[in-house]
Amino acid sequence: MTTYLEAITSTLAEAMRDDPRVLVIGEDVAEGGPWGATAGLAEEFGAERVRNTPISEAAIAGIAVGAAQSGLRPVIEIMFVDFVTLALDQLVNQAAKAHFMSGGQLTVPLVLRTQGGAGQRGAAQHSQSLEAWLTHVPGLKVAMPSTAADVAGLLASAIADPNPVVVVENKTLYFRREELPAKREPVPLGRARVAKAGRDVTVVALSRLVPEALAAAEELAADGIDVEVIDPRTLVPLDLDTILASVARTHRLVVAHEAVTHGGFGAEIAAQVQAAAFDELDAPVARVGAPFAPVPFSPPLEDAYLPGRAEVAAAVRSVL
Amino acid sequence: MPTEEELGLLRAMWRIRVFEERVGALTRTNEVHGLVHLSVGQEGVAVGVCGALRDDDAVYGNHRAHGHAIAKGAPLASVMAELMGREGGLCRGMGGSMHLVDVAHGFLGATGVVGGNVPLALGSALALSLQGGDQVAVVFFGDGAVQSGIFVESVNLATLWKLPVILVCENNGFAEFTPRSAHTNVERVSDVVSPYGIERETVDGNDVVAVRTTFERFLAKARAGGGPFLLECLTHRLRGHYEGDPQHYRQALADEEWQQLDPILRLQRRLGVEGEKLEAEARAEVDAAERAARESPFPPPSLTAELVYAR
Repeated sequence: MTTYLEAITSTLAEAMRDDPRVLVIGEDVAEGGPWGATAGLAEEFGAERVRNTPISEAAIAGIAVGAAQSGLRPVIEIMFVDFVTLALDQLVNQAAKAHFMSGGQLTVPLVLRTQGGAGQRGAAQHSQSLEAWLTHVPGLKVAMPSTAADVAGLLASAIADPNPVVVVENKTLYFRREELPAKREPVPLGRARVAKAGRDVTVVALSRLVPEALAAAEELAADGIDVEVIDPRTLVPLDLDTILASVARTHRLVVAHEAVTHGGFGAEIAAQVQAAAFDELDAPVARVGAPFAPVPFSPPLEDAYLPGRAEVAAAVRSVL
Repeated sequence: MPTEEELGLLRAMWRIRVFEERVGALTRTNEVHGLVHLSVGQEGVAVGVCGALRDDDAVYGNHRAHGHAIAKGAPLASVMAELMGREGGLCRGMGGSMHLVDVAHGFLGATGVVGGNVPLALGSALALSLQGGDQVAVVFFGDGAVQSGIFVESVNLATLWKLPVILVCENNGFAEFTPRSAHTNVERVSDVVSPYGIERETVDGNDVVAVRTTFERFLAKARAGGGPFLLECLTHRLRGHYEGDPQHYRQALADEEWQQLDPILRLQRRLGVEGEKLEAEARAEVDAAERAARESPFPPPSLTAELVYAR
């Protein structure tokens, strides 16, 4: 049994063993970070390749861009996705555009690991789901794994990719345990996974909402509703074909994420599906997400705010 | 008799001067496009620094970087074609004036966001030092960048990690349209960084020989594993912030006095040479560059989609 977190650590270690160009940079990474994602790396690879930084998110990102342009493969950690705001100039204006604006001369093979999501009473500055912003920037790739196998496979692919890739992990998934195959395979960026096959409704869920959707599917099965759950795994590039193939069978679609529904990535999926397969849909696409408000601190309010199994189940029933 | 090296400095400055005056003219006829920032009057810094470097060093420029790119070896025709948005440009017409890149000559790029290029040079310095060579990274920025948060983050990390990077500040006394005194109480950039213990020096940036001499001293130490360094070059731009800028803020300045400080005229006076021949040579080269750039086609529309991701 392996946790999501252990899968991250072992994938980083494996990448660093395989390729001397890979290095890890971030706040407290040599000490393992707040959850231990980088635990043990400094001991194995030394302080030169596992570099602690001051609390300087913009410089961390900028240094990674320069290091990538000069031949390294930096993996940087931004401790909370909420703090990506501080690194956005480097990410959006430098990393995402260097290849394009240089006419293809430069490449920026960097990976930005970060984690988002609520549920731990972190309040509104440590609980957000900001992935939609990142998907709006051409030049970035965005992965959002929901399982240990996928975080391992996607992180390996991200490190090997010649482009800047943001891997958005989820803090509530870190300690889930699952069986991992002995021989791990990289998961290609841009390939969705059918987490559960079903005939009646397609649910496309992101990150923490994948296990929530699977729980909802189990609950609905008792009522004879057969739900298909798809995890796109990467938002950019998006594997629309797998979603369309599913919708062509079920004719009903629910998109579910923890981010605020308004302007969320679910809107993009809904728009792309209706444009490509309007005639296949027997009901309007339903969206599950958080209300248009910051994440509240008070425990009962946070619980009420967060979308989960119940909201997915209700949305599935609404499209039938 | 001036030495060949001194004449080389003069020639290099004339190339940039004539090139940029031409760019200014072509901006007014709408043949050079976009937001164009000229460095006329600041050539001594670009030439003093870049001419001492190798192609395997990593140099970053800011939004006012034509001189940096040219001094680092970028062909005039490719720079001009880039400014005109042509396929034959350094960046195939995808970058333009503020985003020149010439990897073959170690110019890893100009950046349009003030201050945003400084950490990139740190990253290159880190990569170059981990790869075990004696290459260095250099970044040019204006005094305006020093008030950005990223500058402080970068100076802190460069000194903490002892990176082989040379920070070159072109202190021209203006941040866009307002004088430095309106932005900060700290007059000298070298004072801003003093608590970090970075080795630094402030030189007359309009004296190309002084720039070269001091830069070479830092460069030798950086190649031997030292760093970081800050070279503050006091200079002045003889044109506005951008082409078309009405320069009202400049009226109060004694331009006559600054014209006397022009790095090109100064070196000519010191060497006792007339500039006509060098200027004419540069003009012929710029003429040829302009012709070549005009002959280059615009890039195909398919290039936009092609370059979003590296393959």
